[in-house]
Amino acid sequence: IGGKPKAGRAGSDQPKPPASSSSANPPRLRYSQGGSSSGSNNNSKGAKANYLKASLLSFPPPAPPVPAMAGLLHLHSTLLPSASLLRQRGGAQAVPRRRRACRVEAKIREIFMPALSSTMTEGKIVAWNAAEGDRLAKGDPVVVVESDKADMDVETFHDGFLAAVLVPAGESAPVGSAIALLAESEEEIPLARSQAASFSSAAASPPAPQETVAQEASPAPPPPPPPAPVAVSVPAPPSPATQGGARVVASPYAKKLAKELSVDLFAVTGSGPGGRVVAKDVEAAAAAPKKAAPVAAARPDVPLGSTVPFTTMQGAVSKNMVESLAVPAFRVGYTITTDALDALYKKIKAKGVTMTALLAKATAMALVQHPVVNSSCRDGQSFTYNSSINIAVAVAIDGGLITPVLQDADKLDIYSLSRKWKELVDKARAKQLQPQEYNSGTFTLSNLGMFGVDRFDAILPPGTGAIMAVGSSQPTVVGTKDGRIGIKSQMQVNVTADHRVIYGSDLAAFLQTLSKIIEDPKDLTF
Amino acid sequence: MHSISISASASASAIASGGARSKAAAGRRPGEIRFCGLRGDALACASLRASHAAAATRRAVLRAAASANGAAGSGDGFDYDLVIIGAGVGGHGAALHAVEEGLKTAIIEGDVVGGTCVNRGCVPSKALLAVSGRMRELHDEHHMKSLGLQVSSTGYDRQAVADHANNLASKIRSNLTNSMKAMGVDILTGFGKIVGKQKVRYGKVGFPEKEITAKNIIIATGSVPFVPKGIEIDGKTVFTSDHALKLESVPDWIAIVGSGYIGLEFSDVYTALGSEVTFVEALDQLMPGFDPEIAKLAQRVLINTRKIDYHTGVFASKITPAKDGKPVLIELIDAKTKEHKETLEVDAALIATGRAPFTSGLGLENINVVTQRGFIPVDERMQVTDADGNVVPNLFCIGDANGKLMLAHAASAQGISVVEQISGRDHILNHLSIPAACFTHPEISMVGLTEPQAREKADNEGFEVSVVKTSFKANTKALAENEGDGIAKMIYRPDTGEILGVHILGLHAADLIHEASNAIALGTRLQELKLAVHAHPTLSEVLDELFKAAKVNSGVSHSVNEPVAA
Repeated sequence: IGGKPKAGRAGSDQPKPPASSSSANPPRLRYSQGGSSSGSNNNSKGAKANYLKASLLSFPPPAPPVPAMAGLLHLHSTLLPSASLLRQRGGAQAVPRRRRACRVEAKIREIFMPALSSTMTEGKIVAWNAAEGDRLAKGDPVVVVESDKADMDVETFHDGFLAAVLVPAGESAPVGSAIALLAESEEEIPLARSQAASFSSAAASPPAPQETVAQEASPAPPPPPPPAPVAVSVPAPPSPATQGGARVVASPYAKKLAKELSVDLFAVTGSGPGGRVVAKDVEAAAAAPKKAAPVAAARPDVPLGSTVPFTTMQGAVSKNMVESLAVPAFRVGYTITTDALDALYKKIKAKGVTMTALLAKATAMALVQHPVVNSSCRDGQSFTYNSSINIAVAVAIDGGLITPVLQDADKLDIYSLSRKWKELVDKARAKQLQPQEYNSGTFTLSNLGMFGVDRFDAILPPGTGAIMAVGSSQPTVVGTKDGRIGIKSQMQVNVTADHRVIYGSDLAAFLQTLSKIIEDPKDLTF
Repeated sequence: MHSISISASASASAIASGGARSKAAAGRRPGEIRFCGLRGDALACASLRASHAAAATRRAVLRAAASANGAAGSGDGFDYDLVIIGAGVGGHGAALHAVEEGLKTAIIEGDVVGGTCVNRGCVPSKALLAVSGRMRELHDEHHMKSLGLQVSSTGYDRQAVADHANNLASKIRSNLTNSMKAMGVDILTGFGKIVGKQKVRYGKVGFPEKEITAKNIIIATGSVPFVPKGIEIDGKTVFTSDHALKLESVPDWIAIVGSGYIGLEFSDVYTALGSEVTFVEALDQLMPGFDPEIAKLAQRVLINTRKIDYHTGVFASKITPAKDGKPVLIELIDAKTKEHKETLEVDAALIATGRAPFTSGLGLENINVVTQRGFIPVDERMQVTDADGNVVPNLFCIGDANGKLMLAHAASAQGISVVEQISGRDHILNHLSIPAACFTHPEISMVGLTEPQAREKADNEGFEVSVVKTSFKANTKALAENEGDGIAKMIYRPDTGEILGVHILGLHAADLIHEASNAIALGTRLQELKLAVHAHPTLSEVLDELFKAAKVNSGVSHSVNEPVAA
């Protein structure tokens, strides 16, 4: 069996370095172009020969057998169609003959860091000319390598697909180490990627360990499931920011950062002019998961058994909660189908719209029709129809709870509202909210849906008429009017109100209006 | 070629035109900064050197000569031996040389002396680039640290930067004016118009026109920024280099339409000052017109590492300035299929799609000359040719107006060439010896052919071409400056040792190119250049490397290479 296909083949595949050098590499730091400096354009053979020669010179010395794939050094004339054609044809004739001589079994080849000069010990990858998954033809420049002297394009010797990049652009690798894997066919890409994964764990080790991997892997074709390769140290090439139906307006630097930090621009809320995604949004998005993830898992670091005095904020919350007991509150719940809202959200999320803003907007629009729900009773003698609809949204911040207010939520468009919300949250986190930014609410939203809470009940903040508790939207089996059973996403909302001024029918009517708005949300974006 | 824009040689407005003036001249007032081109800088310097050192005694003698014949007229019944329409860098260069040759010379300036280059182009842009270079360096912490420097915080005052550019333009302008006055050139103001053979009429708007006769006439009216249709310029959020050089604002995000010299230089300025840039390029590759290899490296050094992205192969079919709280909207269509591709929303757009000749209203119809896309047709001696292809005697056109090579120093060189001919010495300018430079950080410079051009020529004419390259990483001085990014390449004939082209990207590339351009101009061969000595350690050794690395066969055919399977 082809126990050592790679090494064996590599040995014979590897053309011997020519004894004499045509384009000598004198100590002077200069080089002449292999093909063109002495080769003639009219004499294709000459150029070809020279070219190959130059490339062979670049191979690491034969001591550790260098596998088949190697960089063909090429001081560049790729942009010259005629020359590269010549070259390709030259390669096709010169190389395959050897290849045919010894059958190839492993179809995954390594691309190595070539030795571009006699003094080069390691090279830095300047850029990959091809992305993972790209088809490559023999002679294509795959990668640009910076040596101690200059930058050079490195070509592939074989047709195939660039399956995995082992050394990303910007990093260095020693001469002779694998920098990428080339799969002969598209089907072998996953296999190559799984190899690449083990490769990265082997930490850029020289070819030896890789060969064992290749051996084990090649007789057992069933490729591992495609998601696995994600483990490869290299991020998959991010999709361009503008793609598909929705558009993301992102500044050039934001796009660059998103690529570097592997942030999906579609998931980023833009804070720039017109909702544009700017660099700091991407940075924030990249930092965000780290904060969010530990919520469930991390154990709060608190001194167990100790008694801790209230912070100022906790004190304020406590006072308000006790005060709320003086208000005769009652609750009315409602189930709202959110499929349409979800679809809308998906569509305009890219423009920086958040679910919170959408809910606030829908609530505000419903309140316009039910001013009594937006009223407040302070003295028990009279009540006020508030002139503005200011939606306060409860936000947990470390060590407390605060309710930043979206003022005039009925009047602002959804994009401005989303921006405003982001601004408020940032300020809240930085503890920079001004009093009117958290105490001017006329109606409060409290949303625990993101934790999977399906329903809960909220305490009415003093000085306001109502608060709505929003649960998560979940796929629910429902019977439809035509007698069928279907699945719809539904969420439960539960309004707590001051019964001195707001009665059951008021809330019921309000909730009905709200559900209509949410179930047919086209007006939210007007 | 569409996006290589270049510098203008002349004051675009030295033209007679009843109403045409309105558009071109209206937006223009003395001191306004308008762009020209990049390479032109070199010229400005050259002419400056000639000019403000002008007090030199040599000149004093000439001046005496000039004013002597000045009073008397040209001697052939003409008012002047030479009248130049347009007081840009081209006209200025021609005028000085003409006076040196003892010709009675007048120059008609319709706007401001110095033309595009000095007032709206190479000169003020160099001021901005000087600022951007320093900003970039100060901001590069890594660079500073590796030099052992600590810089706390850096910032800039936009107005002060803008003033620097404006002051520089004024200074150079007055230098040019003074040099011409000192030499005895008559400076006539107004728009010049050719009314017949050897006859020019000129005058300011609203004033009576004067008519003068001249033995020879040079048209040097230059160019203005070219704005493709569909693009609405408001001067605030959508503008050309003319406005950009005033640096009235530094937008957060600016789209630059055209990635030639002008676009590239402005991207350097804007990114250094904190803007993000999006290039819109109609061709499939950024920086068309540069040697492909240089363009590729330039993309890596000047684009990829900066806050710049780009769209290639697209036209900006429609650009709407920002208003009513809406951003600047740029409609992109595919350059080939014309299908709508995308709409960009940015804070500002700079139109750098090249320059258009400023030749309307010159009275060309009076002498049966028809422009081609606005350019005045000329032969290799810059003699204007009429609609029938015949040379119009005693009429020449230099600079951007003829479109041969839209660079300020090319215009000046053409002007000098014309004066040589007028003075009885036949002269044909070798345009392949004219260097060009783009003053990004690092700079790009070139002379002669690109590699593909050279190879095509070689194929057609049946000679061999070789290429040598060297890296700035191999240059001691560059490493001392911690500026190892860059390459230099030379394309040459191994059989004769003739240099066909040199392309440099790297520290001070614009200053380095002249050794090569002079060699091309003078026909110096590599065999000789190899033996020339360069001071060590200097950047000039980059070229020394190229010369020494070149293999000149001088008769011996190469063929040492073993053949590959046929």
